[in-house]
Amino acid sequence: MTRFAPVKVDNKEKEVIGEYKYGFSMPEDNVFKAERGLSEEVVQIISKIKKEPEWMLKNRLAAFEKFGEMPMPSWGADLSGINFANIFYYVKASQKMEKSWDDVPADIKTTYDRLGIPEAEKQYLGGVKAQYESEVVYGSLMKKYSDLGIIFCGMDEALKKYPEMVKKYFGTLIPMGDNKFAALNTAVWSGGSFIYVPKGVKVDMPLQAYFRINSANMGQFERTLMIIDEGAFVHYVEGCTAPIYSTDSLHSAVVEIFVKKGARCRYTTIQNWSTNVYNLVTKRARVEEDGVMEWIDGNLGSKVTMKYPSVVLVGKRAHGEILSVAVAGKGQHQDAGGKCIHLAPETTSRIISKSISLKGGQASYRGLVQMNLGAKKSRSKVVCDALILDKKSRSDTYPVNKINESEVTLEHEATVSKIGEEQLFYLMSRGFDEHEAEAMIVNGFIEPIVKELPMEYSVELNRLINLQMEGSVG
Amino acid sequence: MLKIKNLLVKVGEKVILNGIDLTVKSGEVVAVMGPNGSGKSTLAYAIAGHPKYQTSNKKEKNNWIIKIDGERIDDISPDLRAKEGLFLANQYPVAIFGLTVNSFLWQMYKKNRIAASKTPRNDAMSLVEFRKYVEELTNSLNLNLDLLKRSLNDGFSGGEKKKLEILQLLVFCPKYVILDEIDSGLDVDALKVIAQTVAKVAKEKKMGVLVITHYNRILKYLKADRVIVLEKGKIVKSGTGKLAEEIEVSGYKNND
Repeated sequence: MTRFAPVKVDNKEKEVIGEYKYGFSMPEDNVFKAERGLSEEVVQIISKIKKEPEWMLKNRLAAFEKFGEMPMPSWGADLSGINFANIFYYVKASQKMEKSWDDVPADIKTTYDRLGIPEAEKQYLGGVKAQYESEVVYGSLMKKYSDLGIIFCGMDEALKKYPEMVKKYFGTLIPMGDNKFAALNTAVWSGGSFIYVPKGVKVDMPLQAYFRINSANMGQFERTLMIIDEGAFVHYVEGCTAPIYSTDSLHSAVVEIFVKKGARCRYTTIQNWSTNVYNLVTKRARVEEDGVMEWIDGNLGSKVTMKYPSVVLVGKRAHGEILSVAVAGKGQHQDAGGKCIHLAPETTSRIISKSISLKGGQASYRGLVQMNLGAKKSRSKVVCDALILDKKSRSDTYPVNKINESEVTLEHEATVSKIGEEQLFYLMSRGFDEHEAEAMIVNGFIEPIVKELPMEYSVELNRLINLQMEGSVG
Repeated sequence: MLKIKNLLVKVGEKVILNGIDLTVKSGEVVAVMGPNGSGKSTLAYAIAGHPKYQTSNKKEKNNWIIKIDGERIDDISPDLRAKEGLFLANQYPVAIFGLTVNSFLWQMYKKNRIAASKTPRNDAMSLVEFRKYVEELTNSLNLNLDLLKRSLNDGFSGGEKKKLEILQLLVFCPKYVILDEIDSGLDVDALKVIAQTVAKVAKEKKMGVLVITHYNRILKYLKADRVIVLEKGKIVKSGTGKLAEEIEVSGYKNND
């Protein structure tokens, strides 16, 4: 990815919180911006602007009602700072999705240039979606992939072009009543990716989506739906950033993935929201016989993250994997983990969670392994390791195991460590200064996850973590 | 010259070393012997700058305590002492998970031999050349090449850890080296290869060597020019290499 120097932005609403290189913003030049706050009218307007079929509007309105009825989660991170009435639920910054960067409005294009997306696309991506505020503003897919019947488009476009497929799957894995934020997303969703990979097709280059919030108090509610047909493979990568404002924004996405028989899906997220974003995301995959789902989840940014990617293993020998890294710095709470639900025999799963807390940050692992009756000979392994860099920071682990089948194997390992004086001294006595020594220990700690990432992303992840650690010594 | 003057070392309130004077010249091998609890390992850590050991000048407050080739090092951090050419081979090397030996050695080489060099180096090795060089050194220590791909000291046997310290020493190429009980827990073959390797490189590169040991056996392969005996935090005896043999025969007690 291309680098650029941090640019000073002359904006009075801005407050600089640490060194966050994606903290710039562009002047707002919106096509449409709904008023602050959530009402039935706002839901109606969103659906009307999108010219949606009747069933989707009904679905939205039902979800809006559900949202009102459901209580806030009583567990997890502190969400009391969210003011639902102060949020903009729908902002449209561009008239339509473009297929060429040259056609994307200049301000928006500049943003993505500075994030290095067009450059990355040239070098190693098979397709790109860029979402700016509520709508997908740019989309591309290599011709060789579209020729194979692969669909990679925005959710809104999918609803128009492939209404049957969307209707068949939408909300079936994460129903609106799943949790309050799933209800919210279902009511006001906009944007997100739709992917269909036909039987036996293997997409050998990653498809990337890039989510960007630009305006203050913005709520981004993308909805992603992926169907990976029998024997197919895809690697989907998403990145997220936002400007730094003194007031909070909300990102609440829903991701549903259907992995068919013998198919494999790898979903990589590098979340680097600015530290004023509440990031509350529901992600779930349903995996059929011999299918494989892999969630690779990097949580670096945000004020609060609550995210537990899940795999529901419904077919024999299905496999689920959740690898996550969370870095909680000053003022941040990363409440992350994973869930593996075993419903069929000989299913296997693995959760590896690595968290680093520093400068007063709080990292929590929250996980569930469930093995239902009939999931004979299933196996699961959970490893959660926490590294705490200083006395101000904390780490918590909340593992839950629900085992209703006797013929299963479950392993659980957990470690909490601090960077020891002995480790630092050892490396320093080899000529490395304290910061370098600390970085070597931290990079080693997350190595099992980093090695799973494509080269470009692993370099970026290491760089971001080292950036966050700067000045943490002493 | 590695020079130590009036060295007083405390851990917390407890005085461990109570006024040590010691010099190690380039190319010289000095052995420090003594019973358990005499302060031998403390001497090694204090010279290398471990933060747990508080050092001071017993006689002249605020004056220098440790110098390397005329440069004071007792008031600088361990990494800067390393830059002055000091290397400590540890008795208990710590593990760093996820940092491969290969990667660690290469970073150490770049840091201390390329970046630290004041003049442009034409002899700097490329990564490929360096890997080959490391493999040769690894073989010469009878160390399994697979270890190079593993996490540093993670799950290594006692002997493997000690040999890896010596491998680091060879890559680091210091001016002065401290071997802190490098011979403890080693079998005869491992002891021999380690001692002979150090003896050879010290002679070739004119390194000063401070060997901290309990036993005479390492000194059979790494001949000491001088031997110092520590007891209760003080130097109680010093002499030639012969002193080590006497201790071997009659123990520390009879030398009082």
